[in-house]
Formats: sequence, C-alpha cells, structure tokens
Amino acid sequence: MTATTAAYAGKSRRGGPAPRRRSGSAGPLFVAPFLILFLLLFLAPLGYAAYLSLFQQRLVGGTVFVGLDNYVTALGDPQLLHGVGRVALFFLIQVPLMLLLALLFALALDSGLLRLARVIRLGIFVPYAVPGVVATLMWGYLYGPDFGPFAQLSRDLDLPVPHFLSESWMLGSLANIVTWEFAGYNMIILYAALRTIPHELYEAAAVDGAGAWRVAWSIKLPALRPALLLTLLFSVIGSFQLFNEPSLLMKIAPDVISSSYTANLYAYSLAFTGNQLNYAATVSFLLGLVIVIASYAVLLTANRRREK
Amino acid sequence: MSRRRFLAATGAVSLGAALAACSGDGGSGGSSSAKPVSQADMDKAMKTPTELTFWTWVPDIQQEVALFEKKYPAIKVKVVNAGQGVAHYTKLRTALKAGNGAPDVTQIEYQAIPTFTITDSLLNLAPYGASALKDQFVDWTWGQVSGPGGEVWAIPQDTGPMGMLYRKDIFDKHGIQVPRTWDEFAAAARGLHKADPKVYLTNLAANEPAAWHGLLWQAGGKPYATSGKSTLSISVDDAVSKKLGAYWGGLAKEGVISTDPGWTDGWYAGFNKGKYATWLTAAWGPSFLSGSAKSTAGKWRAAPLPQWDAAKPVSGNWGGSTTAVIKSTKNPIAAAMFAQFLNSDPASAKMFATKQFFFPATKALLADPSFTGDAPAFYGGQKVNQVFADISDTVSTSFQWPPFLDQAATDWTETVGKSLADRSGTVAALGSWQSRLTTYATKQGFTVKGT
Repeated sequence: MTATTAAYAGKSRRGGPAPRRRSGSAGPLFVAPFLILFLLLFLAPLGYAAYLSLFQQRLVGGTVFVGLDNYVTALGDPQLLHGVGRVALFFLIQVPLMLLLALLFALALDSGLLRLARVIRLGIFVPYAVPGVVATLMWGYLYGPDFGPFAQLSRDLDLPVPHFLSESWMLGSLANIVTWEFAGYNMIILYAALRTIPHELYEAAAVDGAGAWRVAWSIKLPALRPALLLTLLFSVIGSFQLFNEPSLLMKIAPDVISSSYTANLYAYSLAFTGNQLNYAATVSFLLGLVIVIASYAVLLTANRRREK
Repeated sequence: MSRRRFLAATGAVSLGAALAACSGDGGSGGSSSAKPVSQADMDKAMKTPTELTFWTWVPDIQQEVALFEKKYPAIKVKVVNAGQGVAHYTKLRTALKAGNGAPDVTQIEYQAIPTFTITDSLLNLAPYGASALKDQFVDWTWGQVSGPGGEVWAIPQDTGPMGMLYRKDIFDKHGIQVPRTWDEFAAAARGLHKADPKVYLTNLAANEPAAWHGLLWQAGGKPYATSGKSTLSISVDDAVSKKLGAYWGGLAKEGVISTDPGWTDGWYAGFNKGKYATWLTAAWGPSFLSGSAKSTAGKWRAAPLPQWDAAKPVSGNWGGSTTAVIKSTKNPIAAAMFAQFLNSDPASAKMFATKQFFFPATKALLADPSFTGDAPAFYGGQKVNQVFADISDTVSTSFQWPPFLDQAATDWTETVGKSLADRSGTVAALGSWQSRLTTYATKQGFTVKGT
C-alpha cells in the first residue's frame, strides 16, 4: 500500500506542471512533514529489515553476520517457493474473476436500468465493510464439512458432501472469500470512474446511433482503463500479501494450510513461531521484491498496450 | 556484538553454576543470583511503594491479586491481558527482544518455561525463598518448574493431569465397558463405530500437539532432553513414539476415531451432538466441557486414561500454568514474592480452585475434602475432582520440554497431525517431525543427538 501511494505521489508530482521558481525556502518546508514521516515510517524500517537480513541470531551462540547467506537459503527454500507459487496461481485465477465481476456490477449500476440501484450498490459493497477476520470466520462456518449449511443441505438431498476445506478445494475457497470481500470495493472505484465520464460523450454517441452495448464497449471501457489499472495494482499487492484468510482458516483446516501456505504467512511464522527474525526479514524482503516486479510488469504491459 | 557477548557470558555463568552445584562448591563464580536475598532486604522492598506489571490471561484474577495487595499495601499490581497462549508468548518475546515493555511477572505454561530459560529471560526465584515451597506442590509440577542446578523458574498455579471423560449413555447403549487398557480402547473404538457410523469413540484433534505430548508423557516417552545449554537430544521418533504413532495412526486410518481440529465450531458441535463418545482431556476439561456442551448435562462421567500396562497406572499432563518473573524486572523481590504468594498462599490458591475452577497444583488442596468432594450434576453427581486428584499422583516427574516449544508444536501439526487427518502413515510422519526438529535445532546452534 505504502509503496503504491508513494509511487503515485512521485508520479503525479513529476507529471504535474513545472513549478514556478520563486524563493527556494518555502518548498522544502512544505515537503518536510511528508519527508520526515516517509523516512521514519517507511525507509528506516526498510533499511532496518535489510540490515537484519544480513545476520543470523541463534539460540545458542548469539548473533553472527552471515552476509547474503540468508538470501541464498531463501532462494532455494522449497517452502518459500511453494508459497510464492501458490499466491501467483491465486492471483492469476482470482483477480481476473473478481475484476470482471466488479466491472459488470459497475456497468450495470451505471446503466441506470436497475431498480433499487442504491440498495444493490450498498449490498455489494457491504462485504468490504465487514472486517476480514469476521468474514473468514463466517465463511469458515459455511464451509464446515460436518455442520456447515452446505454440507447439511447436500446430506439432506443425498448428494456428495462438498469438501470446501480439502487440499484440492482450498485455494478456490480462499479465492471465493477474497472475491466476496473485495469485488464491492473494486466496483466502487470503477463506478466512481464511470461517473466522471462527461455526459456529452453519451449524447454524441446517441446522435451517432450507438446502443447501450456499443456505448459500454467504445466509451465506458476505454475511460475505465486507468481505474482498472489501479484496481489491478491493488490486487497484485493484495494477492501476494495474502495472510488473514489462510491464517484464520488454518485453525479449522490445519492439515491443509501449513504455516508456509502463503509467502506472507511463512514470514510471519518464521518470525513469531520459529524465532528466526533475520530469516523472516530476508523472506519479507524477497517477497517485497516479487511484488515490485509483478506490479512493474503489470504497469509495463498496460502502458505498452496503450502506446500501440 | 554486545548482545553476542552478553549471551556467551550468561551461558558461561549458568554452566559455572551447574558445575558448582554438582561439586557442592558454594562459591559459584560471579552468579550473584544464587545467593539468598536477606530477610532485611526483602522486608524493606515489600514496604517500598512499587508497581508491578503482571501479564496473564486468567479471567478475574484481580480477586487473587487483591489478597496480595491487602497483605502488602505498598505493592500495586497492574494486571494486563496480553492474549492467551501463543499470542501471549509472541508479545512477550517481542517485548523481550525489544528490550523494553516486558512485564515484571507473567503467566507461563509449563511447556513454555524452557523456551524462555534458554533466552535467559526468567528470574531464578530460589534466592527469594522459593525453594522452601517445594513440598507444598505436587512432585511432578516442581520437576517442571525447577532447573538442574536447583533453580526455580516459576511457581505452579494449576495443572492438567490427563484422564478420560466419557458419555455413559453411549457406553451403556452399546454395552461398552470403560476401557482400562489401550487395547480395550481400540476394540471399543472399532465396535462403536461399526455399531453407529455417526459416532466415534474419541476425537484426536489433528492440531493439538499438547494432547499428543500428554499421551506421549503417559506412554513414558522422553522426546527431549537438554544437557547444559547447548546439547539437546531429540527423540520424537524413538520406540515409544513409534508405538504411539502406530496406535493412533492405525485407528485414524481405519476411520474409527475422528481427527477434527479442536476448538472449532465443528468440534464444539461434535460434543453437543454426540459425535464423540469420549474426550481424552486434562483435569481442566470437566469444568470446560460442562460450560461448552450444556445440552449433554448428566451424561458424562470421568475415568483415568486407558493404560499401556494396567498393572502400573500412569498419566501425563496437558496444560496448566505457572507464574514466572521476568529477569529484566526492576523489582525482583516484590515480583518474586508476588509470584510465590499468588500460588502458595492458601487463600489465594483455594480461590483459583473455587472461582476460576483451576485444577490445583498444591498437595493441600488436592487432599482437601471441600475440593475433592464436589459432585457436579453434569457428571451425574460423580466426584470428578477426586478422580483427577488420584490421577495427579500418577503423573511421571521426568518429562522435559524442548527449548523451542512453538517450533516443535507447529512442526508436529504439519507432520504428525497432518498424517492423522490425512490418514497417511503416522509412523513415517514421526520421522519427518524428527528431521525437521533436528534441522531447526542445528540451525539454532545446538549440538543435536538423535534417537
């Protein structure tokens, strides 16, 4: 989150009109509050984590400087690689689905053809207002293999009981929770972007004889591109940092969700279960790097397409 | 650098202390903590206005704390609930690492004590008169809180000797005798599940390493042993463990016991809806269950665990906790006195048994008819406390915990627990648990001796 906001702040400043140079003393003063907080709350911890990742603290023998040893270990650590692989898979499947849903909802709401649009808008958004912890507990109950409503219903109907919490279903079950939570949030962003499209464009389209589908395809979608890119970036970060949902479902499916199920969960367990703060710092650092690369790749492909 | 030297120095000191204790030589080099604190110093400290911070998850512990504050009006105790179990330890460890924010006194479970003595975080209470309390407490609890050199790391508060709660109505319906041996238990498990496929004789939670350790304790396992500060033997896949693994893994594979994760909605519902006919639990289980499975009131009874050798009944412990003093405290005397008072003062100890329904750690209470004579209706008027008080005497005194409990517990769930839930080979899973622990311990600088 911080990284994106910072990147965006940087970008908009660069992109803005060239400042007129007057007395040089006021500028730094205005920037100072941001810079100080940025240094204290972002760069300093980052630097400290980088520093930590170069050491190894042992229960016997204390702390030793190990250089890049931790990084070498991490790059060959199957638990970390599986964790990253799993969230990457999660990203590839869940994010397109969620954004497509959010887009459909936003277009439907914006079309003005729905009755009770306000109620529906609120209804889709409400899951985002439910704390993730509560949401996961609720879904955990719904998924329950013994006393969950789906299980009971299928038992009553003599159907095979779906095992939402089994190894093969788990990623899908997690994706479902995350989609439920965040589709509404993304919908609001897209919907807000739709509302900013100037009305003249629609009038012009109507004059040209364009129908609702044509308007959606040729006016609304292109206008949504920056907003979609934003939601996509948020989703990259969200997916790779997947933590709450697996960490809570771990309690009801301990045999499926291990402490290294996602990369973030792995870093957490390393630090707080295994007492390996240094290695946890290394893993977090590498995870951050993966996120930066993935975000950059998303931006790059999007920009390249726009140039075409 | 300074931290490294600090650790090395403390390691040397305690090694010195251990050697001194062995040779009977009084002058333990440089270890000031081994000298008893004089009565004059103690009296002075107890009259000096002091505030202690006490981290605990025990509900309503303010009542017991008030007894202490009444006796020592100068000392005020600030009770902080920092979470229970793992959450509590995580915060405690973080505060200790940070070097500030740690409490003076803390709740700590028996199994977590070595995890905090290895980092030299606990104060040895022996110089503050704690050794004199030894005879008041059940033998095995004292074994759990004391170190090889006579150190007293914590004062026992409550305990969890393991027994079996069973549904008398289900047993009667299917003509099952209360199993006295594990063989009888296995036969009953097969018979019951065959007679009623919706019911399992027991649920061995696949995420409950503490219960496994308790059963291992009963079986006579010695999974961990430390000698000195840096040598550690890990034998979680030795013959005893394999016997246990083959037994439970076998029953899980046959599908005659369930392995639902504990403390979840499904698990609670399982008790209320009669899915489990027994609960292999600890002495705190009876009062917990009577609050969590109200719809089954009157149907439960208590019995000792089934035995491996019926001629020599033994049990293990699951849970219970202690009060320890954090070494960094600025008021070691007041803190140490508080830890002792809280658990050894007769009024305070009794209050834990009657208000918090803790299962006591003191011999006096376990022999107190007003405690053992309690006959709750939930258990059909059976004197449940008496059953567990008798079990408490049979708990072996020599069980030890590893110096990295959280890691051992997590690794158990991901290997052995997983094998129970997946019905894959539990004996093989013990092997991977062993190798994971060995790898971890070696990385942490221990010299590891295997099975």
